[in-house]
Amino acid sequence: MIKAHRVAVVAAALAGAAFGLGGYTFLYARGWSYLTNDPRACANCHVMQEQYAGWLKSSHRSVAACNDCHTPPDFLGKYFTKAENGFRHSLAFTTGDFHEPIQIVPRDRAVTERACRHCHAEVVQAMVAHESRREGRDFVSCIRCHGSVGHLELQATDVFVAR
Amino acid sequence: MSKRLVVMVALVAAVAAALSTALLVNIFERKQEARNPFYRVVELTDETVDPVVWGKNFPQQYDGYLRTVDQQRTRYGGSEALPVTPSEADPRSFVAQSKLADDPRLKVIWAGYAFSVDYRKKRGHAHMLEDQTYTERQQFKQPGTCLHCHASIYVPYKKLGGGDLIEGFEAMNRKSFQEARQLVTHPISCIDCHDPETMALRVTRPGFLEGIRALKASQGIADYDVNQAATRQEMRSYVCGQCHVEYYFKGPEKRLTYPWAKGIKIEQIYAYYEEAGFTDWTHAETGAPALKAQHPEFELWSQGIHARSGVACADCHMPYVRSGALKISDHHVRSPLLNIANACQTCHKWPEAELLARAETIQERTFKLRSLAMDAVVELISDIKLAKAAGASDEQLEEARQAQRRSQFYVDFIDAENSTGFHAPQEATRIAGEAIDFARRGQLSLRPLNAGKPGKAR
Repeated sequence: MIKAHRVAVVAAALAGAAFGLGGYTFLYARGWSYLTNDPRACANCHVMQEQYAGWLKSSHRSVAACNDCHTPPDFLGKYFTKAENGFRHSLAFTTGDFHEPIQIVPRDRAVTERACRHCHAEVVQAMVAHESRREGRDFVSCIRCHGSVGHLELQATDVFVAR
Repeated sequence: MSKRLVVMVALVAAVAAALSTALLVNIFERKQEARNPFYRVVELTDETVDPVVWGKNFPQQYDGYLRTVDQQRTRYGGSEALPVTPSEADPRSFVAQSKLADDPRLKVIWAGYAFSVDYRKKRGHAHMLEDQTYTERQQFKQPGTCLHCHASIYVPYKKLGGGDLIEGFEAMNRKSFQEARQLVTHPISCIDCHDPETMALRVTRPGFLEGIRALKASQGIADYDVNQAATRQEMRSYVCGQCHVEYYFKGPEKRLTYPWAKGIKIEQIYAYYEEAGFTDWTHAETGAPALKAQHPEFELWSQGIHARSGVACADCHMPYVRSGALKISDHHVRSPLLNIANACQTCHKWPEAELLARAETIQERTFKLRSLAMDAVVELISDIKLAKAAGASDEQLEEARQAQRRSQFYVDFIDAENSTGFHAPQEATRIAGEAIDFARRGQLSLRPLNAGKPGKAR
């Protein structure tokens, strides 16, 4: 009986240690920040530093942060997307197995596309009235042409343009 | 509580703790990566020519720089390594393939000029000094001016000029190549583009300092100092434009000059040469006052959509690469077609095969038109020869010779340029198209003279 009790104590200690270690890792990695809307969280690990820097200089910075365009507006959709992206991104970053330069996946592209249309509904209403429902070749994409509104800014050299 | 359950809990907790620790360590390492972008282990001064010394502070950039020895061709550019037997006169064991052997029309176009003797395809920066030292063109007494772009020249210029860059430049231009060659050691090195204090980009080549000043003056900007006025993004093209340009040696003092005082487009450059009355050589077979175009990458790029969109040379030829948490520009300078993921996909979200196909489509079209233009020039040359043999006077040949001068400069502008039209596709085809027009007009001017004579097959 005493022996079993001892084993239980050891197990509990181990479980506590695991919990503590996990908790510390979570804090150290600023895990809580991923539950917020703070754009800085997206650049916690340096992979998205460039996108974050680009967004700071973009036309959308005062009206939309990362989550406004990269997660759906509803609560469930938002946190599902965060969880799915979070898992995939941490796995990729930890193992180092990802495409350079980083590329958006089709599901996330669709999320962003819907976000454009959500806010700019009045403008795009007439354009998209006749498009087919599924995303195929004839699908009109906002970000195919307006890819730089959120981030990815090129600094223009106006040297030769005038001539 | 069963003993078994307790053991299971312990096991799971142990595994969880181990995984957490592994993750913690990984995160810690990644956070460390983001610190200390470089360690200063040696002091760099404005006299440090040797890239090995710079490489101690910047090992990753240096590593890329060393790889410019690689020889890998694309469909239309570059060259595979061609093994040759080293001799005392030429100790190279690998060279680039001959362009003259590839296209014998070039020998006709350059008859009587050094380039008809030895003209090879391009290879990496690492070879620039040895290739210029051992080219067979050296039998034509090259001036020290060549080293402006074939060696790390900034420090040698300053030493020769007693601390003054421009004075050293002028003194070096007046020397023979062999004499000047003794004063340089390295091909292009770190100091040619970087300020050793701040690592900021800077222009060190007098040719470009003066050329861009003349170009800006033609645009109404007086006393332009590129190192003071250019933005960082502009500098990422200007440092390349120090050498990848059209140029000529002005006057008996062989002063290297970029012909941009009227503008940077081909007709402006041509108008400049006309006004200056400059001629590279007299064509051996026709007597035409001929011009040779030299790798005008900067000029052609400036007319293209990438330049207009603010994309610099370095964006495609030295794209950013991730190295741990750092982003460095890839100092393995090369064709973007050998590095599509980093060079193109940062902006163009298409598969690599698609992007390669797009670029090669542009190059294929340019190449075909360039070949048509070359045919036109060669046929003009044979028509002039025919008329000349029949005793036509200089006056009667004048128009045709001027047409040859212009059309072969135009086609050379596309052929010597290193992107096979990619830097500005429509501009390249316009230039090749005009070359055809000039050549055919030249032939028309000879029609009264050559009428009824059996010419070459048309």
